[in-house]
Amino acid sequence: MTDLTITRRAALAAGGGLAAASLVGLRAQGQATGAPIRIGELNSYSRMAAFSVPYRNAMQLAADTINRAGGVMGGRPLEFVFRDDGSAPGDAARVAEDLLTRENCAFLAGTFLSNVGLAVADLANQRRKLFVATEPLTDAITMAQGNRYTFRIRPSTYMQTRMLVEAARGKTQKRWAIVAPNYEYGQSAAANFKRLIGNSIPGVEIVAEQYPALGRVDAGATVGALLQARPDAIFNVLFGPDLTAFVREGNTRGLFERRFVLSLLTGEPEYMLPLGDECPEGWIVTGYPWEQVENAQHKAYVDAYRARFNDTPRKGSLLGYVTVQVIANLLNKANSTDSEALVEAFKDLRSDTVVGPVTMRGLDQQSTMGTWVGETVLRGRAGTMRNSRYVDGAEVMFPEEEVRAARRSA
Amino acid sequence: MEPGFLVVQALSGLASASSLFVIASGLTLVFGVTRIVNFAHGSFYMLGAYMAVTIVPWLLEFDRSPWLFFIGVLASAAVVGLLGVAMELLLLRRIYKVPELFQLLATFGVVLMVQDAVLKIWGPVDIAGPRAPGLRHGVYILDQRFPAYELFLIFVGPVVLGLLWLLMHRTRFGILIRAATRDREMVGALGVNQALLFTGTLFLGAFLAGLGGALQIPRVSASGQMDISIITEVFVVTVIGGMGSVTGAFLAALLIGQLQAFGVLIFPKITLVLVFLLMAAVLVVKPWGLLGRPEAAAGRAALPEGILHPAPFDHVGRLIALLAVAAVLVLPLFGDAYVMKVVTEVLVFALAAFSLNFLVGNGGIVSFGHAAYFGLGAYAAGLLVTRLGLPMEPALLAAPIAGGAFAALFGFFVVRLSGIYLAMLTLAFAQIAYAVCFQWVEVTGGDNGVVGVWPSAWASSRHVYLYLVAACSIGAILALRHVLYAPFGATLRAARDSEQRADAIGVDVRTHRWLGFTLAGAAAGLAGGLYAFSKGSIDPTLLSIPMSVDFLAMILLGGIQTVMGPLLGAAAFHAIKDAVMPLTDYWRFLLGAAIIALVLIFPRGLGGAYAALRARA
Amino acid sequence: MTLLTVDGLNKSFGGVRAARDVSFELAAGEMLAIIGPNGAGKSTTFNMVGGQLRPDSGRVVLGGEDITGRPPREVCRMRVGRTFQVAQTFLSMSVVQNVQMALIAQAGRTREMASRATALYRAEALALLGKVGMEAEADRPIGELAYGDVKRVELAIALAAAPRLLLMDEPTAGMAPRERASLMQLTAGIARQDGIGVLFTEHDMDAVFAHADRILVLVRGEIIARGTPEEVRADDEVKRVYLGTTGHAAAHRAALRARKPVHG
Repeated sequence: MTDLTITRRAALAAGGGLAAASLVGLRAQGQATGAPIRIGELNSYSRMAAFSVPYRNAMQLAADTINRAGGVMGGRPLEFVFRDDGSAPGDAARVAEDLLTRENCAFLAGTFLSNVGLAVADLANQRRKLFVATEPLTDAITMAQGNRYTFRIRPSTYMQTRMLVEAARGKTQKRWAIVAPNYEYGQSAAANFKRLIGNSIPGVEIVAEQYPALGRVDAGATVGALLQARPDAIFNVLFGPDLTAFVREGNTRGLFERRFVLSLLTGEPEYMLPLGDECPEGWIVTGYPWEQVENAQHKAYVDAYRARFNDTPRKGSLLGYVTVQVIANLLNKANSTDSEALVEAFKDLRSDTVVGPVTMRGLDQQSTMGTWVGETVLRGRAGTMRNSRYVDGAEVMFPEEEVRAARRSA
Repeated sequence: MEPGFLVVQALSGLASASSLFVIASGLTLVFGVTRIVNFAHGSFYMLGAYMAVTIVPWLLEFDRSPWLFFIGVLASAAVVGLLGVAMELLLLRRIYKVPELFQLLATFGVVLMVQDAVLKIWGPVDIAGPRAPGLRHGVYILDQRFPAYELFLIFVGPVVLGLLWLLMHRTRFGILIRAATRDREMVGALGVNQALLFTGTLFLGAFLAGLGGALQIPRVSASGQMDISIITEVFVVTVIGGMGSVTGAFLAALLIGQLQAFGVLIFPKITLVLVFLLMAAVLVVKPWGLLGRPEAAAGRAALPEGILHPAPFDHVGRLIALLAVAAVLVLPLFGDAYVMKVVTEVLVFALAAFSLNFLVGNGGIVSFGHAAYFGLGAYAAGLLVTRLGLPMEPALLAAPIAGGAFAALFGFFVVRLSGIYLAMLTLAFAQIAYAVCFQWVEVTGGDNGVVGVWPSAWASSRHVYLYLVAACSIGAILALRHVLYAPFGATLRAARDSEQRADAIGVDVRTHRWLGFTLAGAAAGLAGGLYAFSKGSIDPTLLSIPMSVDFLAMILLGGIQTVMGPLLGAAAFHAIKDAVMPLTDYWRFLLGAAIIALVLIFPRGLGGAYAALRARA
Repeated sequence: MTLLTVDGLNKSFGGVRAARDVSFELAAGEMLAIIGPNGAGKSTTFNMVGGQLRPDSGRVVLGGEDITGRPPREVCRMRVGRTFQVAQTFLSMSVVQNVQMALIAQAGRTREMASRATALYRAEALALLGKVGMEAEADRPIGELAYGDVKRVELAIALAAAPRLLLMDEPTAGMAPRERASLMQLTAGIARQDGIGVLFTEHDMDAVFAHADRILVLVRGEIIARGTPEEVRADDEVKRVYLGTTGHAAAHRAALRARKPVHG
């Protein structure tokens, strides 16, 4: 794990030879020789390091690979200026401003938290600069609060919920319980689920809903409340430490026995690894079983990643890698760093990436990058997924008329 | 509902209560003896969990016996206790003489440093600890399965309470703790080695926090967010119980445990608010918590902490003020866009900080929740613009009105209390406001907030907006400053110096404090409105605890005993944050270290240092 | 002319009766001392008159108006000045600002936000300071003064209310003997000159017998004797329960023990 952020200013200020050297080295060995194209990458590198550090690592890896192969736009290297967004919209707006004005970045990318992503998106709209929202999951960023300059890469809450709901097709469980963290992501996942589950299983009844505060689940009380409702099936949106506490309590008290569980994001290594041998079996989850992906391009990226960072890739790594591939393709296509040109070129842009082709749907500026849906299983002392399949995002996008209605009202 | 379920749910509540009590007892002991509100207590809890997920698995390699598990847990707690000693020796010992608020700020610096230290040492991935051998299973209670480990936890709380009782009544150390809790000066007068007593108390407090954290590892994974999530809850427990009262903490923990266990059944979405509502209700009815006692009135007259002699500007002061204003005015001609953004923010924070010091420094009303009024002002402005489509001008007018109105509402209850309880009630109200903004999605946009809060066309250029902010902010600061010198400001100062005397000369102290609170809230609301338009968005972080702490840090860095210091503090704090954030992912560590360094080097703040320098010259 | 009428005050604290049927009157210009051993109910009685405590029953009438149970700030506005056992002043202010503050409060101008506090009533404040002989110290921070001088300033603050009645709780507590005499003399002089009624509790028997016009003796919440100093000194009951047979010296010891009042 590289601990130093590589921004030129930071390197100088900290006197950190390491970061400076990596920049110099990057230019010396690459065939790309023109003026670098600087992209401002702001993210929660400090607060959400489990996701964002692998993400940043993969971005560096991808940028280096591209630069070594001649860069973009006829020989110009990609240069990412990584900055912490402070995990708060106020801080992020200032950092974004800094990246655009002082660091001379052509455009912005990144953000993890939805509120930060939305604030930066709105700022980008105000400043008429492109913003590639990579990680924020909120539907709002491409729907009601979508704007001309904001494009999102990662499959949204709606898309991932829909993938799970589709996977439940043919099941017979009618009594469902929902448990979700009490903030926008959890609430909108729950709302999407309630809206969509009827399509897969007619006659579903929601018998319990629990919304523990994010990061503070009182697992005993929550599991007790769910058990009391005697559901046949559970839709879970908890993640991170909340999920671990919930799963442990649920395992001990038999909450998951003979119950069908759909669970968002649980198959991502970020959340699977901390579960360790407590990983429940047989849940249908979205995730990233990186070791099972057979495509050759993907294998090459995994090998390069493991060789360089001595660590297994995470979902963040994949997203970072794909993002850089999409950005490089965008720059080549637009052949300009002008925001208007970039925006026009980005619409319906099809890029080849390690997960296969990814198209940026022009209608809502949401990419068709998908994710894997499968069943959790315990192998040794760690959980993984089986029977997983890559679901292309194009299959689960918001219906076009909904997008039009939402974006019109914005 | 069937009885079995109710019993098990109550047991769940007891298990949570028990864990909460173990942690809270440490905080309340430390407060009782040292009078320091130790923000770092949550960090000790987190360190306890991290120590345990490191030590316990290593021990269990030898033998998977329950005994080794509990030895590991106790060893982890002991290590954390030693870290508490280290904190006392290296930091707290140097700052017992500085104002209480500074100590609080220093402990917050420790929180920031520990956060990043944990990230560096244990990495960003949550670490799940092993389950307790022999207690992995569930036991059947009235046909309901219940974790054996939680049954065990239920007994830990009372055992710790009993041991603490024995310690407090049967050992010299414990008797001294009780004496110091009741009357700190007396202990000094008795010739007790105070330093040793404090060090011992910090060990005990940190040990209990560490124990609380280590005992959690079979239930939750160790993660970098544990500290902040536990500390507010523990504050609530100690305040409801009465600061310094271990038994009170026990009762409060029981109350909160049950409230949460059954609260999730009835109000599954607002468990967070419930806890703070309970705290606000308890404080309104019992101003010193369930078993707390009123702070003993100072036996001898002591100078209050705060603005002492608000002198009007002298020549040098006037020159500096004029230069500062001139710099702001010419800046748009020279500075780049980013500098303008930063200066805009500094101006906004300067107003917020000044309004806070109007309360803290001038009125002796220590608000831990000033961000509430800042944030509510921002929300009022933001929602009027985005939901009702009003232009910026009326929205900016509404911001101070909203800030003032909510300050009036909350302040009505707040001014009935004093000291730490007052501070905690402001915190409770701020958390309630935060939770409402966070969870009332239809109106406030929830945690995503609302975007599109941009200035009217004429003010949309950064130059013009900077001038607008400068005019509003400097104007409001000068107006507030004027009030400080006016009879109203002097009356607040008088009430701070001696409430009894103020009452006896015919001052209605409560009403004046209430008006002062409202006025400061209105000023903070204006600052919030200006901030919203500079960022283009509003969201709950504007009302959050870190924001309130930032404001406190600003006035403390600037010096609460000077009139203009808070402005300096706002600029300095912002500059420090701005400088360290791009340096490294571990900027929180640097920020924490910078705060601690400033507390140690300038115990009276930058403004105080300047005043001392001027006095010497 | 009767200034203050206290009629049948009762107060209990958790079953302990701190005041039983306490009644007395005070005329303008008169100095009335309440004495009694520790725990006799002096402070309780005193605080019921000053508004700090609400009596269980009974009435307090000032100048014909019933002020029973009104808070201190309202009592003050009815022209009642008050000093405390431990002098209460505004430590962050200068001597004259302390008095100015009291004058501002008296004028009901504490909510003004436009004028400058230090410019208001300065002349009046200096005049009051002159009355207590503290004019020369007007611009010093009050924290720098000797305790005896602080007590004088406190008297000036109390006088800012243009009081008809002065309530002084142990006015000479914590002072050197010589200072005590001069403060009591000063108080008595002002009271007689301006026709102010003074009600005070006191443990210094010299001060009491030298300056009080009348004395109330309180024991276990009850008035056991009242009258001029001579009458009280001669009262057998008083001698027995309070002054003791040896008289003065014992009274002094009792007084020393009484330094910690129950409800201070």
